[in-house]
Amino acid sequence: MKAAVLQFPGSNCDRDMAVALEKSGFDVTVVWHKDASLPKVDLVAVPGGFSFGDYLRCGAIAAQSPVCQGLVDHVHAGGYALGVCNGFQVLTETRLLPGALMRNAGLKFVCRTVGLTVETTDSAFTSGYTKGQIVNIPVAHHDGNYYCDDETLAALRDQDRIAFTYTENVNGARENIAGVLSENRRVLGMMPHPERAIDANHGGTDGQALFRSMLDQLVSA
Amino acid sequence: MKARVHVMLKNGVLDPQGEAVRHALGALGFAGVEGVRQGKVIELDLADGTTEATVKEMCEKLLANTVIESYTVELS
Repeated sequence: MKAAVLQFPGSNCDRDMAVALEKSGFDVTVVWHKDASLPKVDLVAVPGGFSFGDYLRCGAIAAQSPVCQGLVDHVHAGGYALGVCNGFQVLTETRLLPGALMRNAGLKFVCRTVGLTVETTDSAFTSGYTKGQIVNIPVAHHDGNYYCDDETLAALRDQDRIAFTYTENVNGARENIAGVLSENRRVLGMMPHPERAIDANHGGTDGQALFRSMLDQLVSA
Repeated sequence: MKARVHVMLKNGVLDPQGEAVRHALGALGFAGVEGVRQGKVIELDLADGTTEATVKEMCEKLLANTVIESYTVELS
């Protein structure tokens, strides 16, 4: 299975994401933001960081980069995509996922391991967990306060597209939403960093199941 | 010609930064500040003949995130 990790000026979790994917069995290519075309891959991962210095809005400039047109084409063709942290912000700015990530309600950068409840197992990303399971995954963000309007929230609920919620109020996000799925369930955006939870020496392994289940589902697909 | 774009969070979207400013004004002794909303102003130097419609397109595509923000355009 092949994966591409996008790299923008200011990305800083690109290597961690590549390592997490490689350890799970993906063949990984890192793609620079100026490349207009993506290699043919099964999964595109948009990593965390501060693309373009978070200028204008987090992820806004990256969303207009040539490589993101490739990302949009990949998703519209039914491809899988995972956006973590700044990657989630990029996915909302490209409108591949609904809603927006606003400044944390407490106005502080939050950097610690938090509890997440797995809200659905009906996706390639979450099928390795059990519904209602609580996992511990680190967050590190200033703008992770998920907002969407009432109509979108109702749709996310009705279509079982809320992937993860925080077990506590971390950043003011609506309904404590930490991650959401696209309508076809092939795009996941989440603020917490599963790629930082794949090695016991780094504090936990609760993120492993996400990468492993992706690989399993993609192989069987 | 110039365009001035005002970008504000939409009504109904909580503005945590505006709230922090409101609290700070209260702490300074300014009574009666009932609400603060913080936005941004973007000034564009444009070639003559650029239309308002083009500037609005810039707002829709990049300058504002219309999921959470509204914008107004002033041309001069």
